[in-house]
Amino acid sequence: MASLPPIDVPTGATGKGSFDAPSAGQPDAARFEYLLRLGDDSLILGQRLSEWCGHGPVLEVDLSLANLSLDLIGQATHLLEDAGDGDKLAFHRDVLDFRNCLLVEQPNGDFARTMARHLLFSTWQHMLFEWLTGSSDRFLVEFASKAVKEVAYHRELSSEWTVRLGDGTEESARRMAEGLDWNWRFVPELFEVDETLQPLIDRAIAPDPREFEEEYRSAIGAVLAEAQLEVPADQRPILGGRRGHHSEHLGHLLAVMQFLPRTYPDATW
Amino acid sequence: MSHDWPLWEVFVRTKGGLAHRHFGSVHAPDAELALRHARDTYTRRMEGVSIWVVPSAEITASDPEQAGELFEPAADKIYRHPTFYDIPDEVKHI
Repeated sequence: MASLPPIDVPTGATGKGSFDAPSAGQPDAARFEYLLRLGDDSLILGQRLSEWCGHGPVLEVDLSLANLSLDLIGQATHLLEDAGDGDKLAFHRDVLDFRNCLLVEQPNGDFARTMARHLLFSTWQHMLFEWLTGSSDRFLVEFASKAVKEVAYHRELSSEWTVRLGDGTEESARRMAEGLDWNWRFVPELFEVDETLQPLIDRAIAPDPREFEEEYRSAIGAVLAEAQLEVPADQRPILGGRRGHHSEHLGHLLAVMQFLPRTYPDATW
Repeated sequence: MSHDWPLWEVFVRTKGGLAHRHFGSVHAPDAELALRHARDTYTRRMEGVSIWVVPSAEITASDPEQAGELFEPAADKIYRHPTFYDIPDEVKHI
């Protein structure tokens, strides 16, 4: 059997993916990694929501979704700019180098599934950002103090839609339950602590998310109770996004998002 | 779907001290979501500090056919305009 030619590994590559972290003499690799996690969460969910633009069920909802998307892309800009060259990080990394959680890259599905994903994510993000307003990292404090208000709105909006769809018609309740069920297996990843996160927790830069997991579960439970919906049964959790092991969906999303700057690297507007 | 939703008139106060002004209308299933829709539709660029929404059906409008008797008598009564007073420059929004 003929063997494949050796892979040409560029010098300086980490071996984890094709992207080399920017700036030589990286002073704080763990913090950089954390900024990518936060920034990629916002970037990928913002891109996902932008797919609704022009396709919302009604004009008003179309605007709502575009608004959420723009908030998230704004957050991503701040976070990735602090990590390095924001544009380069957003548009010139490959799928293995993205550090977002799996929840945010899941396809929109119908409006109910999009709202289910947003409820599950923004409730977590809101608790996270509230904690970050007291982080030991000055940039994160400033960032979170502004972004926490945006995310509070996201949480309220998605909670209200969950209640209206869950406690609406037979069809809307069924779709909402299916949307929750689809996204539920990606919730445990939000509370995962790995070897990258632990040192940041020790330095009080990042919270240990397990500290607010109970609060999260009771908050989601309260919204679902008001929506007359059952809390979905726990499924086998799927992890790996934080280490670049993504679902098949992320590659397609990146292909759309990155096509222009990759094809025309010098394009300006 | 939006055809099933009632219409709401949106009033926005653009800054403290000013009255709410009619901005437009949105469709929404209830008052709370009407506020959300109004916020997302009309105040995305820092246009407002306060929003009211009112069910459009609750508004009683004057009859356009009565425009003559309602409004024309005011047209030739210049003395009803407070234009004969000097207003200090510091007084705004009059």
